[in-house]
Amino acid sequence: MSEQDTSPAWAETLPEAGDGRASRSAATDIVELPLAKALNAGLRKALAGDPKVLLMGEDIGPLGGVFRVTEGLQAEFGRRVMDTPLAESGIVGTAIGLAMRGYRPVCEIQFDGFIFPGFDQITTQLAKMTNRHEGQVQMPVVIRVPYGGHIGAVEHHQESPEAYFAHTPGLRLVSPSTPHDAYWMIQEAIASNDPVMFFEPKSRYWHKGPVDLNFNQSSLHASKVVRTGTEVTVVGHGAMVNVLLQAAEIAQGEGTSIEVIDLRSLSPIDYEPLLASVQKTGRLVIASEAPGFASLPSEIAATVTERLFYSLEAPVLRVTGFDAPFPPAKLETIYLPDADRVLEAVDRALAY
Amino acid sequence: MADNTQTSGDKPVQLLSPDGALTTDDVGAEYVHYVDQLNDDQLRRFHRDMVVVRRFDVEAANLQKQGQMGLWVPSMGQEAAQVGSAHAAKTQDHLFPAYREHAVGMIRGLDLLHIVELLRGNTHGGWNPAETGNFHLYTLVIGSHTLHATGYAMGIQFDGKAGTGNPDTDEAVMVYFGDGATSQGDVSEAFVFAASYQTPQVFFLQNNGWAISVPVSVQSRTPLYLRSAGFGIPSVQIDGNDVLASYAVAAKHLDDARSGKGPSVIEALTYRIGAHTSSDDPTKYRTNAELQSWIARDPISRYEAYLRHRGEGDAFFADVATEAEDVAADIRRRTLALEGPSTDKLFDHVYSEQHPVMDAQKQWLAQYESSFGGLA
Ligand SMILES: Cc1ncc(C[n+]2csc(CCOP(=O)(O)OP(=O)(O)O)c2C)c(N)n1
Ligand SMILES: [Mg+2]
Repeated sequence: MSEQDTSPAWAETLPEAGDGRASRSAATDIVELPLAKALNAGLRKALAGDPKVLLMGEDIGPLGGVFRVTEGLQAEFGRRVMDTPLAESGIVGTAIGLAMRGYRPVCEIQFDGFIFPGFDQITTQLAKMTNRHEGQVQMPVVIRVPYGGHIGAVEHHQESPEAYFAHTPGLRLVSPSTPHDAYWMIQEAIASNDPVMFFEPKSRYWHKGPVDLNFNQSSLHASKVVRTGTEVTVVGHGAMVNVLLQAAEIAQGEGTSIEVIDLRSLSPIDYEPLLASVQKTGRLVIASEAPGFASLPSEIAATVTERLFYSLEAPVLRVTGFDAPFPPAKLETIYLPDADRVLEAVDRALAY
Repeated sequence: MADNTQTSGDKPVQLLSPDGALTTDDVGAEYVHYVDQLNDDQLRRFHRDMVVVRRFDVEAANLQKQGQMGLWVPSMGQEAAQVGSAHAAKTQDHLFPAYREHAVGMIRGLDLLHIVELLRGNTHGGWNPAETGNFHLYTLVIGSHTLHATGYAMGIQFDGKAGTGNPDTDEAVMVYFGDGATSQGDVSEAFVFAASYQTPQVFFLQNNGWAISVPVSVQSRTPLYLRSAGFGIPSVQIDGNDVLASYAVAAKHLDDARSGKGPSVIEALTYRIGAHTSSDDPTKYRTNAELQSWIARDPISRYEAYLRHRGEGDAFFADVATEAEDVAADIRRRTLALEGPSTDKLFDHVYSEQHPVMDAQKQWLAQYESSFGGLA
C-alpha cells in the first residue's frame, strides 16, 4: 500500500510542499501568532479535518496543557482531546493500539525530561511496529515534546533529548523554529503515516511571528537557509535558530558574513542545502542545546566532513551544552550556547 | 469535581471529628492507644509544626512572587497528613518524599532553606540525607522514587535490620507519593517488589484530589487504597486532615514494618488548597465550591479546637504564631542573602571520581570566561 492510499483525505488539502509558490492563492491570509497559538491553530485544523485525529496527554483538557498549546480544543472536540492518567508509557503504548485501530493519536509529553517512562514504548514498539509488520501496519502517531532550556525551570524541565530518538531507526524527528513552521509542520506530522517526534522549542512558545494560513513554504523534512551569507555556515534547530540569527547579526556588524540554516528536520536530515552552503563558505559551525557527546552535531559534522572534505577550509566545529546534566536554573545561561559561544566558534573557524 | 472522598463503604480512620472532638468509633479503636501515649509537649508540637510549615509556605510563595525563586510548590492543606506521619517515624527510619513534603523535611531536621535553594534554581537538591534525619531528596519524575524507597527497604531486609524484635534499632522506610503518581508503572512495580520481598515499608499516599488539573477519578475508579490488595499489600484509608489519625495509623504501620510484618499502604484523603505550583492557575479546572468545602475542613483549625478542648490557652497559640513569624523572617533574611551557585557546580559531582571530560570542559569554560576580560 502506498503512502498516498492511507493518507487521510484532509491531508490533500495541505498545499504541495516545496513548490508551493506556484499554487499560492492570491488571497494571502497572514496572521501574527505566538508559536504556541500557531500550534494550537494547526492542531485545531487537523482535528477538524479528520475525525480520526485524537489528542492525548496530561492536563491537555480543561487546562489546555501547561503551556496552553491545546487551549480550547477539548471544549471544541470533546473526548477526542483526552486528559489521560499520569503515565507516559501508558500514553504512548495506548497510542500505538489506537493507531492499529485506525486513529491518528497526537501525544503530548508534558516536559522533555518526562518522556523517559515512555521511552520503551517509543523505541522498542512505536519505532519498530511498521518494520515488524513488513509495512502492513502503519503508525501515524505524533509525540509532541516541549523541549529545551531558557525558561529558568527546575530539573527535568529544560532538556534536549532529541539524540536518543534520532539514534532510533523508524522514528522521524522534526522541530519548528517559527510560528509559521509550527502551524504547518504539526499538520504535516499528523498527516505522516510514520511516527513523528515533534520537538517544540518551549522558550519560543510566546514569541510572535507571521503565519501564512494558505501557503506552506517547505516540506516537513526540508532544511532551509534562513539568512544568506558567504564566509561561515551555521546550522541548528528549534530555539537555537534564533540564537544563530542573533550571532549572524552581531557578526555582520563586525564585518563577517554568516549563512544560517534552520535544520527543521532532525531525522532524516535534508543535507542538500547544508552541503551547498558549506561548499560556498568552506566553514561550518553546528549548534545545539544538548550535550555534544554522541549528538546530532556530531553526526552532522561526520557527514559533512565525509562529503565535503576538500571544500572545507576549517574543521567542522560544534557548539553544544556541556557533557554534564542540565544544571540548576541559575547556571543555565552558562550551560546553554548563546550568540557569544557561537561567535567564538565562528572566530576559530575563520582563524584556519 | 475531584471525588477524592471515595471510600469502599468502610469509614476512613478518623480520630478527631471535624469540630475537634476525639472520636471513638470502631475503625479508630486499634489506633487510638498511639494517641493515648502522647504527652502534652508532643501534642503541642504537632500544632506548632503545622502552623510553622504553613507560615513558611506563605513566606516562600511571597518570595517566589518577588522573584526570589523560579517556582514555589505549596503544601497548604496537607499539613496534618505530613506532620502526623512524619512524627510517627523513628530516628532510624528513612523517608522518601515526592516534592511537596516540606513539613516532613522540617520535622526530620532539614533546613528549609534547602527547599528554597532548590526552587530558586541554585541546586537540584544537594542535601545529605545522612545529615537531614534520613529525609531523602525530592524527586520530580513522578513515582520513580517509590522504587528507590523499596530498594532501600530491601537493603534493610538484607542487612537483617528489621524484624529482630528490637523497636529501638529495627528500621523502616516510608515513601510519600500522590494520587496522580499511582498511575505510573514505577509505582505498581514498587508494589510488586515490596510484596515480593516483604520489605519493611509504608507507602504513604496523599490523595489531594488532583494531579495538576486532572481529578483523581481519571486515575482510578476505585478508592486508591484498595488497589494494593491485588498486589498482596494490606492498606488503610484515613482522614488525611486529622493529624492524630495520620500519626497513629502511620505509627502502627511503621511498627508493623519494623517488626517484620512487611509493607503496607496508607491513603490519606486530603486536599491541595493552593495551586499545583506557582505556575498553575487552578481556577481553570476546579470549582470554588469544592475549594471552599475543603477550606472548611482545615486541618489546623480542627486541631486547634482539639487542643483548646484539652485546655490549651491563648498564650500557647500566641507563642506558636510568634515562632512561625520568626521562622518566616529567618527564611526571608537568609533567602535574600543567598548567592548564586559557582560555575564549578556544572562539572563537580557529575561523577564521583575524576573524569577527563569534566576536567577538560571545566578548564575550557574558565578560559572562555576569562577571554571576555574585565575580571581584573
Ligand atoms: C514522569 C512525569 N510526568 C509528568 C510530570 C509532570 N507533573 C508534575 S506534578 C504532576 C502531577 C502529580 O500529581 P500527584 O501525584 O497527585 O501529586 P501532587 O502534585 O498532587 O502532590 C505532573 C503531571 C512529572 N513530574 N513526571
Ligand atoms: Mg495529587
